[in-house]
Parts: sequence; C-alpha cells; structure tokens
Amino acid sequence: MALEVMARAAAPIPLDVAFRVEPGELLALVGHSGSGKTTLLRTIAGLWRPEVARVTVDGTAWLDTAAGVSLPSHRRRVGIVFQNYALFPHMTAAQNVMAAMGTPEAGEAERLLELVNLIGLSDRKPAQLSGGQQQRVAVARALARRPKTLLLDEPFSAVDRVTREKLYGEIIALRAHLKMPVVLVTHDVNEAQLLADRMVVISAGQVVREGTTAQVMADPAALRAMGIREVAAMLPATVVEHLPDGLTRLDAPTGPLFLPTVEGVPGTRVRVRIMAHDVILSRARPEGLSAQNIIAGTVVRTVPGGGPGMMVHVAVGDHEILARITRRAAEQLGLHPGDTVHAILKSMSVARDHVARARNDDTSAPQAATPVPDAVSPVR
Amino acid sequence: MDWTALWLSLRLAGWTVLFLLPVAVVMGRFLAYRQFRAKGLIEALVMLPLVLPPTVFGFYLLVAFGRGSVVGDLWQTLFGHQLVFSFEGLVVASIIFNLPFAIQPAQRGFEAIPTEVREAASCCGMSPWRSLWKVELPLAWPGLMTAMVLTFAHTLGEFGIVLMVGGSIPGETKTIAISIYDRVQGFDDRGAAIMSGVLVSISLFTIAVTFWLSSRVGRRLG
Repeated sequence: MALEVMARAAAPIPLDVAFRVEPGELLALVGHSGSGKTTLLRTIAGLWRPEVARVTVDGTAWLDTAAGVSLPSHRRRVGIVFQNYALFPHMTAAQNVMAAMGTPEAGEAERLLELVNLIGLSDRKPAQLSGGQQQRVAVARALARRPKTLLLDEPFSAVDRVTREKLYGEIIALRAHLKMPVVLVTHDVNEAQLLADRMVVISAGQVVREGTTAQVMADPAALRAMGIREVAAMLPATVVEHLPDGLTRLDAPTGPLFLPTVEGVPGTRVRVRIMAHDVILSRARPEGLSAQNIIAGTVVRTVPGGGPGMMVHVAVGDHEILARITRRAAEQLGLHPGDTVHAILKSMSVARDHVARARNDDTSAPQAATPVPDAVSPVR
Repeated sequence: MDWTALWLSLRLAGWTVLFLLPVAVVMGRFLAYRQFRAKGLIEALVMLPLVLPPTVFGFYLLVAFGRGSVVGDLWQTLFGHQLVFSFEGLVVASIIFNLPFAIQPAQRGFEAIPTEVREAASCCGMSPWRSLWKVELPLAWPGLMTAMVLTFAHTLGEFGIVLMVGGSIPGETKTIAISIYDRVQGFDDRGAAIMSGVLVSISLFTIAVTFWLSSRVGRRLG
C-alpha cells in the first residue's frame, strides 16, 4: 500500500523529486511557497502532469510517463483536502461527503462526519459553517472515497490559531483510523514537526533533506532551507497537573517542564516544540533566575551556521535540546562536546500551538504513570 | 391584435432557446476553462452579431443560406423547400444572431466556479459528465438562466435580420415585431399599441421570473 512518487519537470518550476510514503505513515512535504510541494501533491492527484513522472500506489501505476500510463484524477482513488477546502457550495455537509461515494449512503456519511467531530451540522451548507467545521467536512469527504492515499494541502492555513490547535489534535486522533499513506504539504515547520512521522524538505524543486522529523530538524542544510529561526527540538511529555497559578506541570524525559496551561487531563501525552532561539545555555547551574525550566545536559556537538550563530546540541537522557547561540557566546563559555551545560527555557516562550497531543501509539512519549523526580525540580 | 404573429414569435424564441442551451453550455464551458492562443479570436467572432448592423448581418445570412449557396441547396435537397423565407430558416438565423447573448453569460457562469471546486469533483471520483451534472450546472445555473432569458427576449424583439432572412410571410416568418411595424405603416396605431403592450408585458414577466428564480438560487447557495 506504499505510495511512491518521482517527478521531474522544467516548468512551471524546475522539479526533481522522489519520495516514498509507507501505509499509515504521515509524510510532510515542507518548503517555502513556490518550492514545488503543491505541484507534487497535484501530480499525485492527477491534476498536474510533469514531463517525467511516476506515481505508484500499492504497486499499481497511476502515472508513468515512460510507459504512457496516466489515469485521470477521477480514476485515482485519492482523497484530497484543498487549502480552501473547495467544498461544493450548493450541497449540505452530508451531501458533500456523499458526493465522493460511488453509491451514496447517508449512514456512512453520518459516521464519517462523526469521526471528524462534526455532529448535528450535516444539513448545513458550507457557507453556514465556520472555517474549522468546513475543514472537517473536507476531511470527511476526502475519506469518503476510501482513498488509497490521503493528501492534505496546507489544510490548516485558512483557520485562526485557536482552531488550528484543535484541528491538530483531531488529525492526530484520526490517524488511528488511517491505514493509507498520508502526505501533508505545509510551509509551517511547527505543523510538520507536530504532525509528521517523516519530513521531506523541498527547496526550488529539489529535495534538501529527507528523514524522520528528528533527523531533519537537526540538519543544518535542511534548517537553512526552512529558515533558521524555525529550528526546534521536539520533546515528548505527559501532563502531570494543572497548577492554580495557570501553569501546567509536565513530565518530560528531560525532567519536569512548567508551561502555560496545556489542555488535557493528567496523563495526556503531548509533544512540545522548544525553539532553539528561545534556549539560553549556562555553564553553572544558575540561581535567582526568573526562568522556570532549567535542564541539565551534555553538549553533543556544536554546528556553526553561516552567520554569527551556532547550533548547540545538548543531550538530556535519550533526547536532544537545541540551542541557537552566538559563536561569541560559545567561545566565551568554551563549549566543547562532552561539557555539562544547563539549558534555560522561559515558560512563556513556548507558544500554545507548539504543544500538541501525541498519538496513542507514540512510543517516544513517556508512560503516563512515571513519577516526577523531585531531584531536578526547577528553580521556583 | 395579430395572434398568429405573437404565437410565431413565441415559437421562434422557444426553439432558439432550446437549440442554444446546449451550445451555450458546451461553448461557455470551453471558453471559461481553456486557455489557448486563438481564444481571443473565437470570443471576438462570437461577439460579432452584437456589433454588426442587423441588415448587414441579415444580408450575409441571406447570401449564405439562399438559392445557389451550399447550405441552401443542401436544405432544398433534404427537405424539398428553401431555407430562406421559411420558419426553419428564421430559427437558424435566430440561433446565429443570439450566440453572444447565450454564450457570454454562460461563459461568465462557468468562470464563476472556482477551479479547485472542479478539481475536487474530479478527485471525488466524478467523471467529467457527472461533474457537469452534479457540480458545474448547478453552480453555473444563474449564468445559464441569464443566457436563456436574454436569448428569448432578444428573439422576440429582433427586427432587421428577421425581415432580411424571413421576409414577412404571415404564419411562416411574420413575427410580432414585424407585425407591429406593418400596423404602424398602415396607420393602425391602436393595433400597434396593443401588440407593443403585450410585448412589454411578456418581457417584464420574463425578467420578473428570472429575478425570482435567481434569488431562490442565491438563497440555495447561501
């Protein structure tokens, strides 16, 4: 059931890309606008045909320019969620979903709408639904085709931040039901890191880096293609308790984390993105600081950037925290691999949409019942 | 009141609409979706009847369909009578001079459908035919309706071309517009006034129905 894509074209943008997505895997195609990522999605769907291309699903060729095979899009079992959803404006939510079925079944449409948490609104027209509700209908419609591959084209870009956070959680929860390869096109590195298993970074129609999210996020070349300020480490964590002052205490492999309210009952597993430029490093364990999170670790390596900056990889247990500091600071601290450092993170610097619920089968997250070790309690 | 002429005009308008509807769908859709080099030329040709003087246009049609012309002789062999100065000839002329009134609004109607909505239809597994019925026609409906109403109203009122191609044979090619002209020429002002009044009522009624229908469609889509 794997999806294999190879595409080469000279226009409208030079393109030379190949990748593979396994069943049940979510691959993010990340790149700036004009990088060619949407063109790739359109190639898979049959809405665009590059000069040289091969798209196979489950071993069957949908497109093979060498062999002269090219199925029209209505013959490809593909589910696609467009950036602006492209719902049929003259149909109700339920009719939109049924429009994608060979033989329309009202019961099945209702079930799919429930699956995407759209309940009691099946008789509404798209114009009567909010952006987030429209996105849910679009997802249900894409699934109604029983697609062999699911394509998501910037599906979160048209909604506000609060809705987006909610939809992230829903997509993650929905993935338990998805057995097909899923391709997410996005320019938002945060989104890719929160949702994807693997990433393909595309710049000017070429693959810059391909790998697991952790691998890609630690690669300087990939980071440059995505914009260096976006660099972040991903930590799995578990909600421990909500404190009366509005902070949530989380348990991470790096020790406890105090963040502004994270939604979810104690035991909820989440992924937290820690932006490299928000992390301060200190040789000695600092005292009298306002920052709530001080994490001790070991310098693994330092990677100089093109400018005055430098990326420091700090190992904490099995995980890595990334800190982006100046070369000057690294020299002053005399940082070398093997040195012990303290990473300092302000609670308020973790944006709310940088925390997302983890998948239930996310094995990288710690067990819910892990007690919080008191020894590394942060400075209060 | 020349009921024969009125009935003839209504039949002419009805047949014209019937024949032009599929033409408007096919051509409007083609011009709306495709980008190609000769597109401007085709659009200009479609618009031609709008700018040509009706007598000039009628003259060319007369030449093209008359005795000795390829079309005219073919028609003569097939149906045993000539195409010009017959009701059928009037319908053919009417279809041609109404092309801009039918195709233009239809094209606008199809252009109003977002490209992604059509792509979504395709990605939902709809064949082009099914997509036309289920998605495109319902969405382009206001444009198509405008096209049909304009065609109908314009056929009722056309004078010059009808006179050139059809002559003024009662019951065959004498439309209400020509009949009104005849009454005025014969100093029958009352008859002309009554028939003009009837034409105005029919036009107003048609436009009212159109507005009512499109507001319903508007609500359906809203």
